Amino acid sequence: MQLFLFNTRGQVMPLMRGFLELKICKIKRRTQAYSTVCTLIRHRWMKSALICLPNQLCKDYSSSTEKGAIDLSNFPVDKIRNFSIIAHIDHGKSTLADRLLEITGAIVKTEKNKQVLDKLQVERERGITVKAQTASLFYTYQDETYLLNLIDTPGHVDFSYEVSRSISACQGVLLVVDANQGIQAQTVANFYLAFEAQLTIIPVINKIDLKNADPERVEKQIERVFDIPAAECIRISAKQGTNVHQVLEEVVKRLPPPSARAKDPFKALVFDSTFDHYRGVVANIALVGGQVSKGDKIVSAYLGKTYEVNELGILRPNEAPTKTLYAGQVGYIVAGMKDVAEAQIGDTLYHHKQPVEALPGFKPAKSMVFAGMYPMDQSEYTNLRSAVEKLTLNDSSVTVQRDSSMALGAGWRLGFLGLLHMEVFNQRLEQEYNASVIVTAPTVPYKAVLTSAKLIKEYGQEEITIVNPALFPDRSMVSEYLEPMVLGTIIAPDDFTGKIMTLCLNRRATQRNMVYIDEHRVMMKYVFPLNEIVVDFYDNLKSMSSGYASFDYEDAGYQPADLIKMDFLLNGRPVEELTTIVHRDKAYSTGKAMCERLKDSIPRQMFEIAVQAALGSKVIARETIKAYRKNVLAKCYGGDITRKMKLLKKQAEGKKKMRSIGNVEVPKDAFINVLKRKEK
Amino acid sequence: MKIARHFCWSIARRTLFISPKSYNDSASSQGTRVLGLPPQSDEVSLYVHWPYCLRRCSYCNFNKYIPRSVNHSAMTECLQKETETLLKLSQVSRVTSVFFGGGTPSLAQPATIAAVLETVSQHAQVPEGAEVTLEVNPTPAGMSKLKDFIQAGINRLSIGVQSLNDEDLKVLGRDHSSQHALHTISEARRLCPGRVSVDVMFGRPGQSVASWETELEELLTVCDDHVSLYQLTVERSTQLFKQVQRGELTVPGEDITAVMYRTAREVLEKQGFRQYEVSNFAKDDAVCEHNLGYWKAQQYIGVGPGAHGRFVPISAGSVQREARTQTMAPDMWISEVQKSGHATRRQIPLSHLALLEEVLVMGLRMNDGITHQHWKMFSPGDDLHRVLGQCEVVQELKQTGLLILDDRGLRCSWEGLALLDGMLPTLLLQLGTYVHSQGHQGNGESTAPCHREGQQRR
Repeated sequence: MQLFLFNTRGQVMPLMRGFLELKICKIKRRTQAYSTVCTLIRHRWMKSALICLPNQLCKDYSSSTEKGAIDLSNFPVDKIRNFSIIAHIDHGKSTLADRLLEITGAIVKTEKNKQVLDKLQVERERGITVKAQTASLFYTYQDETYLLNLIDTPGHVDFSYEVSRSISACQGVLLVVDANQGIQAQTVANFYLAFEAQLTIIPVINKIDLKNADPERVEKQIERVFDIPAAECIRISAKQGTNVHQVLEEVVKRLPPPSARAKDPFKALVFDSTFDHYRGVVANIALVGGQVSKGDKIVSAYLGKTYEVNELGILRPNEAPTKTLYAGQVGYIVAGMKDVAEAQIGDTLYHHKQPVEALPGFKPAKSMVFAGMYPMDQSEYTNLRSAVEKLTLNDSSVTVQRDSSMALGAGWRLGFLGLLHMEVFNQRLEQEYNASVIVTAPTVPYKAVLTSAKLIKEYGQEEITIVNPALFPDRSMVSEYLEPMVLGTIIAPDDFTGKIMTLCLNRRATQRNMVYIDEHRVMMKYVFPLNEIVVDFYDNLKSMSSGYASFDYEDAGYQPADLIKMDFLLNGRPVEELTTIVHRDKAYSTGKAMCERLKDSIPRQMFEIAVQAALGSKVIARETIKAYRKNVLAKCYGGDITRKMKLLKKQAEGKKKMRSIGNVEVPKDAFINVLKRKEK
Repeated sequence: MKIARHFCWSIARRTLFISPKSYNDSASSQGTRVLGLPPQSDEVSLYVHWPYCLRRCSYCNFNKYIPRSVNHSAMTECLQKETETLLKLSQVSRVTSVFFGGGTPSLAQPATIAAVLETVSQHAQVPEGAEVTLEVNPTPAGMSKLKDFIQAGINRLSIGVQSLNDEDLKVLGRDHSSQHALHTISEARRLCPGRVSVDVMFGRPGQSVASWETELEELLTVCDDHVSLYQLTVERSTQLFKQVQRGELTVPGEDITAVMYRTAREVLEKQGFRQYEVSNFAKDDAVCEHNLGYWKAQQYIGVGPGAHGRFVPISAGSVQREARTQTMAPDMWISEVQKSGHATRRQIPLSHLALLEEVLVMGLRMNDGITHQHWKMFSPGDDLHRVLGQCEVVQELKQTGLLILDDRGLRCSWEGLALLDGMLPTLLLQLGTYVHSQGHQGNGESTAPCHREGQQRR
């Protein structure tokens, strides 16, 4: 994006492209005897970080090139290390990343460097990383300068898709564990992602400066759970910078260089992409072989389309253009792709004259949780649509389907990777686009194996996925229903074991195993039906364990389940938008709870209203909303009828907006109350 | 009669106030006049608001002020001035009733009442025996002034008993005891026999159906021919609201108050009180004419801080009824009247639809509802059957026996009256739909308030 060309005299020759997005200020700095002019580039998303290419580096690595861009030919494969940092939430991953960036001069060391790589407001607020970021660092070890590519990953397994993408471009990971909290559920999930990818894992015990830090205990946990010798752990305080140098040294020493060969034809993995309004798609690539330069003609293996490389470079962490990227390196590329769909994540890029066998790529992100999203007011539909479009442009893992509800109007059914993903998406909509939305309670994608030849023909397949309960096929048409399962990991102090087991049992979970990770902490693995954890499981777990339990889950495929469609009736008429799919064992409790919520949300009317939950024609739960017994304001002061008229007129206007189900009028608010995810 | 002695009704003087110009103005717009000018525009009732109280009742969110001192003479002058201004503006020839409300109007000096009535009689004709009501707080001080008030021209007393339970009176923040109330009732009945009303409140904190019934029966043994029943509503911004919010007090729920209301209606009817409106009951037809005027959507003028009015300001050249509100704060009100001769803060012309809405909402509060003749005065073209009869929801309400639409007119059944507010939004919706379909929008649909500037073209 920013094509700044530095030369050895410290002059700056900005090319004007993308200029509008940047604030540039020249700062004259005096350091001891001489002064240097350093250009501080503040990207609009880089709120606090001052990015600066130190002159020293520019001299070392750019003087040999014509125009002063960084020359990466000095970094053969054996001088490259690609790694990422993985950690449970709040264990200090981003702080460690900040320190690494500072030490290697990628960013100026200031007090303000906090979560430099977490650019989104939601990331900073929640202390999580949502979008993977990359930073190339130059680090000198025993007089050799190495190119270390830090590929920052999202911490939560909802984003495990992102994590695995990032991991695929790495040879090793730093597994950061809080010296006080020890191993948590996400630590385990992240560990296995790295382990299964056969990466070298360097355990880093962070926050040793804390009063209650117990690194020894954590080392033992790591030994027990991950089978990594305690001696391999590095004890650090990212906050204070303690032993952070050692981390970089160990990255160089322990991690293998990428197994890429410079002599091979160009072959690169697209592991991430973003969209830029000025330049189109910016793809993050890892070179598996060969080299690629500006002006090269490259082909996307997935689409077979040819593109010309307009720009490429490394991320430090903002874009620093180079002429060429070499085998084993990680960088970005702009090649005139106009649509994110053209830069399929997992795609392979190759030189147009030297086709290669495509890399295995990734499975497309699979939506695990679905929720309806509607504008609070239909007049906001267009604004919300453009906000959703903009957000999904950079988060291809959200699936968007237009939907409409008789009660809530036009909206969408969005598919998310998980609950946190959904929350983050909503938060970003609200914070970054100032959109107020109604989000319905999440549902999960069920499957049905069809037996009806007619239906099979209609769908073109035997096994169908059902997202919308209204389209749930009748039992007589299917051989079995399937529901999505997850393998959940819970880590908690053993005082809570009993309570947690009861909770899991109530959620139809089956226990896989239970391990003491130290004297007091238990790690339990359960297989859950996904729909049992999407609504309030985590909240319940947190509150029953006074916040000590951590939970994470990963996809565990589908299992046959006794599913059934439940209708809700108001005076005998079904309310389409409330139809839900439930497990037969949960039908009664779900039906009852929903009827109660409806009863509380629908105002009394002139006649009695029966609120019923029904399976087919069988009513399984009922609540009654009694008719008004009296509804007349028994006082009408003096001549002040204006106030009363206003109130009545407002009610009359409100009636227009109500949804009539038979003779029952249901205000929109009632639907919102019933359908909305409960606030925490 | 006593009243006649104090009122010098001048018929002759009234005509002096019709300026030839304004007369021509209204005549020139004869075409719209048929629709815009409701009947009986030659008559009006008068509401006078006395905004001051000695203390704040915990449930009251009405426009009242607890002053350190009251400038009685300024208040008197201004009430007189505003009465004169608005009577002239309305160009009516008759004032059919006067009501002094508040606040606590029994804190006003009898001379003030007399002065206002004197002003009325200077500018309009008041029929002999016209009802002149005063709201009275049953305190010893109030009681001692009753005689003087009657001397001043008051001929009907409405006593704010609220409760006969001393504990409850304390909780409500009233400044009287049940003893005071009983004394005041008997004194009032002695002075104004057959023209005394009592206000009583149900749905009070901690009240039960049984205690309410007992209390009401006790009250009926001492009261006169008129009872007003009010349900306590917990209004925001009151002390009571806070207390209920904090859980210090609990008010009976909807189902309990429904039973209380039903019980009261039954008890009162058994004792010979006929219910003639949602909250009003009278023996021997001792109804409150003034309040009936509101429910029949007749014209009224409101004088005093925050008072509301509904009348056609004919001398301003208008042919359309306006909803008018006076300035709320007494000090402001006084200074405005002193400075510019009036303190009308808002005036909103009522469209044809808005007027019909008021006719409907207010009319259905009466036992007799809205007769066809009554409706026809406001809506000559479209009768009730045509406007509401076709509507499905109205049919349903008829079938369930809550609403009656027959040869007499539209009214609530006994059961339906208790559910009126639940039916009104539907009826209003239907009325609006009908009127719009008939294309009456042109008749002053603009309801944007016109504020003080240039409002009174005199």
